[in-house]
Amino acid sequence: MRLLRIVPDDTNFDFMRFRRISFPISAVLSIVALVAFLTFGLNFGIDFKGGTLLEVRWPNNTLNISDVRSKLENLNLGEVQIQEIGNDGEVLIRVAQQPGGEQAQQAVVGKVRATLGDQVEYRRVEVVGPRVSQELLSYGIIGLMLAVVAILIYLWFRFEWQFALGASIANFHDIVLTIGFMSIFQIDFDLTSVAALLTILGYSLNDTIVIYDRIREMLRRYKKMPTDELLNHSVNSTLSRSVITHVTVTLALLALVLFGGRAIHSFSVVMMFGVVLVGTYTSIFIASPLLIYLGVTTRTMEAKADVKGPNPKAERATT
Amino acid sequence: MLYFSRWKALAIAAVCAIICLMAVPSLLAPAHFAELPGFLQRKIVLGLDLQGGSYIVLQVSADDVRKGRLETLRDDARRLLRDARVGYSGLAIQGNAVVVTIRDGQDSSAAFTKLRELAQPIGGVMSGAGQLDTDVTQSGNTITLAPTSAGVQSRTIQAVSQSIEIIRKRIDQLGTTEPSIQRQGADRIQVQVPGLQDPSRLKALLGQTAQLAFRMVDSTMSAQQAQQTRPPAGSEVLMSQDNPPTPYLIEQRVLVAGQDLVDAQPGFDSNTREPVVNFRFNTNGARRFAEATQANVGRPFAIVLDNHVISAPVIREPITGGSGQISGNFTVQQANDLAILLRAGALPVPLQVVEERTVGPGLGADSIAAGMLASYVGAALVAAFMIATYGLFGVIAVFAVAVNVGMILGLLAMLGATLTLPGIAGIVLTVGIAVDSNVLIYERIREEARAGRSAISAIDHGFTRALATILDSNITTFIAAAVLFYIGSGPVRGFAITFGIGIITTVFTAFTLTRLMVAMWVRWKRPQHVPI
Repeated sequence: MRLLRIVPDDTNFDFMRFRRISFPISAVLSIVALVAFLTFGLNFGIDFKGGTLLEVRWPNNTLNISDVRSKLENLNLGEVQIQEIGNDGEVLIRVAQQPGGEQAQQAVVGKVRATLGDQVEYRRVEVVGPRVSQELLSYGIIGLMLAVVAILIYLWFRFEWQFALGASIANFHDIVLTIGFMSIFQIDFDLTSVAALLTILGYSLNDTIVIYDRIREMLRRYKKMPTDELLNHSVNSTLSRSVITHVTVTLALLALVLFGGRAIHSFSVVMMFGVVLVGTYTSIFIASPLLIYLGVTTRTMEAKADVKGPNPKAERATT
Repeated sequence: MLYFSRWKALAIAAVCAIICLMAVPSLLAPAHFAELPGFLQRKIVLGLDLQGGSYIVLQVSADDVRKGRLETLRDDARRLLRDARVGYSGLAIQGNAVVVTIRDGQDSSAAFTKLRELAQPIGGVMSGAGQLDTDVTQSGNTITLAPTSAGVQSRTIQAVSQSIEIIRKRIDQLGTTEPSIQRQGADRIQVQVPGLQDPSRLKALLGQTAQLAFRMVDSTMSAQQAQQTRPPAGSEVLMSQDNPPTPYLIEQRVLVAGQDLVDAQPGFDSNTREPVVNFRFNTNGARRFAEATQANVGRPFAIVLDNHVISAPVIREPITGGSGQISGNFTVQQANDLAILLRAGALPVPLQVVEERTVGPGLGADSIAAGMLASYVGAALVAAFMIATYGLFGVIAVFAVAVNVGMILGLLAMLGATLTLPGIAGIVLTVGIAVDSNVLIYERIREEARAGRSAISAIDHGFTRALATILDSNITTFIAAAVLFYIGSGPVRGFAITFGIGIITTVFTAFTLTRLMVAMWVRWKRPQHVPI
């Protein structure tokens, strides 16, 4: 059986030279993302904005959307969004947060149910009060920051500080771009999106570590090699793995996007963007060349080895 | 690296098999599940998003706790001063404190000592030991009692614990299966009731404090009169539950309170055939009720629930038997719910619903179907790609990943963890990432072979070096998953559980199962060339 080979054996792309293009591209994209975030903002779902969401289905094509719209607008609930989803008489109704605290939010569901009657199927009803939504948002942000700090500390212990810093910058870049993506396409930003962001963070890091691991190994083995060449060599020798792994992850995510159902659709799309585009691109074109600027050379490795003695794992790796 | 003793190989196979088998009970129909021996009766709990049901978060408000504490302080201060025969004026709640002025300056220091007894040390490990729950201060003849914030905090925590007990009693009466009631943070309670589609009855049942009191009707003036002018001291105007509500002038003094009830059952009045609630008092309540009814024959008394008058019957004769009946134009369900509320007891403070999520069973079933489909398609695509890329080694990888997924499900069942829709997403993603471990190993083996090593040496070195990388990369990802689990709630947590477990099983299978299978193949084939 002939096996599939996507990447030829001895690739020798000059990835490091590409940094003269990739760094400006990333800088521009980051600015675009920031500008998008500042102008459009994020499309906060009810988790963070508070309010009411109902998913309602009218059986047997009895849905009359303009009738539903006018009925609900007569309730004077402020901003009411009605969105038809699918073709089998299903709508998503979003009611903005009501003035008047927790009880007022609860009353909305009763009013809507009384208006629409019992002939329809209530597939999903969610009410998030103002207090909870505030907390969910701040927990989401704190969580992201905590994760970054925890990972930084771990990397700082396992590698040298240059690697920890490089990985953090790369990660930050990924988060900024993903948030920009969500802002431009106005994808619902809710708790599930925070999960998606954190996963992208973890995944992109995972990818970066695989390459950094190789760089560290090369630094110990080829003490005389110039940094550019060494980084290129590392990225090239892990390239086949990078490509194959990304194909499998993309296949898994593609299944989620296409068949995973609406409930996790925005999650899957965000993951797809973050993992496939940003994660892969970042570890090769941003995280690795960054090390040149952070001053990683064989000398930093030796200095560290002098202070701490030989690294037992490095010993094992080179025997 | 490639040598496994027979015992080690058997142990690895056994561990993988046992953990995978733990997933089997979850797949059985409920009837077969019940026949399993007890230690096997562990299964994956489906989240509400998959099986349908209601999720409600209730909050105890610190303001309500403070208000309740202030009222008790005021009443206790009144009783203490009256018992000590100290003259006072203007005992009232002002802002966040109870303020009282002692009439005679000579009594004030004695009164201060007496009132200081009301401040109690804060119990529990949570708060600083030795702190008092109330600040009692004196300035001139004025004494101020202010609950400290630490005191309010510890009472809030207490109120949450008490509320959980009472909520549990109330929900058990609904007869739904496997409700879950948990504390969330310092002041929240999370209630999950699978299968419940319309949470309005649940909210009605939990939204009532159900503080029941028997109080005398004040007949010194009519309720309308009291509304227009001012109610006499010690009385207040309360509305009835009817529509439209009628006002009643009710004395503030409580004859008997709900705590003294021992039982309440719905029933029917023998004459009118209307739904009623029959109740029984404990000895203390029975005695006090007997005394009160004896002294007030011919006068009306009121049954008050959460500051609403349910009914106000006239006492025809002393009620000494310790039991009675509440009637008030109930429907059968109202009588039933009231009986539940009275049996379960009153909540210490009112609870507010701050978050509510209900998923209908139809959507849940659709989500499961979609999640399953995505998993199958994802798995099939990944498997096909791996086998196309690595041939026999691809088959080994696919088998390892399949065992990996089986182990995730088995561990979820052992932990009794909840599988949610994002959890399924986590599993699908784990499939993608688990493959990465195998890819790392195989690519490394190829590199070593290209560098001129013999096949066996290349395989051995490939494992050694790849495993170090797998550890590093997965620990960092695991940190992200752990943070997700720690800070997350709902969908985030569901995702973090499967993702985190998935990382552990991935590292485990890469270190043991994949290596064992490759080692067995090497021993069997003694290869001259690396086949990838």
